[in-house]
Amino acid sequence: MTQIQISNISKKFGHHNVLQDVSLTLQPNTIYGLFGRNGAGKSTLLNIIANRIFPSGGAVEMDNQSAIENDRALANMFLMSEIDMYSERMKIEKIFKQTELCYGSFDWGLARKLAQKFDLKLDAKFGGLSTGYHSIVKLIIGLSVPVNFVFFDEPVLGLDANHRELFYQELLQTYEERPRTFLISTHLIEEIAHIVEHVFMIDKGKIVIDGETESIVANSYAVTGPKKTVEEYTAGLNVIGHNLLGGLQTSYVYGQLDDNRIIPDTVKLEHVDLQKLFVYLTNGGGKHVEG
Amino acid sequence: MEFNFNSTEPIYQQVAEQLTEAIFSGSFAENEQIPSTTEISKQFHINPATVLKGMNLLVAKELIEKRRGIGMFVKVGAVATIEQQRRESFYTDYILNLVTEAQKLGLSQEKLIQLIERGYQDDANSN
Repeated sequence: MTQIQISNISKKFGHHNVLQDVSLTLQPNTIYGLFGRNGAGKSTLLNIIANRIFPSGGAVEMDNQSAIENDRALANMFLMSEIDMYSERMKIEKIFKQTELCYGSFDWGLARKLAQKFDLKLDAKFGGLSTGYHSIVKLIIGLSVPVNFVFFDEPVLGLDANHRELFYQELLQTYEERPRTFLISTHLIEEIAHIVEHVFMIDKGKIVIDGETESIVANSYAVTGPKKTVEEYTAGLNVIGHNLLGGLQTSYVYGQLDDNRIIPDTVKLEHVDLQKLFVYLTNGGGKHVEG
Repeated sequence: MEFNFNSTEPIYQQVAEQLTEAIFSGSFAENEQIPSTTEISKQFHINPATVLKGMNLLVAKELIEKRRGIGMFVKVGAVATIEQQRRESFYTDYILNLVTEAQKLGLSQEKLIQLIERGYQDDANSN
């Protein structure tokens, strides 16, 4: 089965290190989430994987062969990004036909079904559509191309709640019918927290989390109780953030708790969801821990 | 079926619990097919692998069974099995916690028994 291996990728724009030593593997038939704040380097990373820009160092390989300027590898991936590459005057159907030419085939059945569900007219001109519908056109293309690796950079940009819901449903439907790998970069973490099987979190150009969603959540704790007790209990652990309300403190911990410490009975222990974990991890605090 | 996701438990366990509840309440009747992984996955935006993991827990507990080429079905006797399992966990889940909390509040054993009896009376009166 085909996989993509990204090793020690770095990217500099002038003196600015946008990506530093990024390594990760994309397995077949898996839905990945790529989360990072604005400017963290998500889009740069996706652009490098899809060979739209060159890295300053490191390698992108598909099945142990460099994917850079490798037509066979590139024909097996699709990147949907914020950039609109289509002519304003072109009709949607024409855009689909062009895509078919580029990729050798195109799932017209799925594309037509999705266009109908999203209420997109195929004879409309791309330039006449709203931001949301630009996203929809690109989403439909991303789901209809015959590739094994689909990268979505902010796929739901400009989509209303109903259309986002529809997209998640159709994504899961087509994933079940034709399993392939999706890498989804989004700020709406909560909406896809249960959809993604594996998570990459990127902060200031570095991967800070690379792990299974389930084990990441299992390793994230909110410890709530009297300030002093909470501080004693979490001393020396990887505390990534605090909240203080009067004398009541919540400390967020990412990583193993100390099993030898007795949990004080005035302290409440809960798991933290992905979104909260992300906020605290990328707020400046926290060490690098493998999930 | 209603999913109320909280962050404290792994999603596959919550899927298993919600399905169990639906079987126990009769929403999914014995000998009938339950929704497919795709249907549950799509409706609640959960990765199909997670849904399947939850279903496999129920297969292991002998509440549902796979019928090849068709899907998952509620086993005959599943409701009785759930009731049996819940009775067994009633002591650890409820009674032990009740006693611990009563002791924290300084309630005596006699007082606790009185309170339980009052609970039965109030329940009878309200029906």
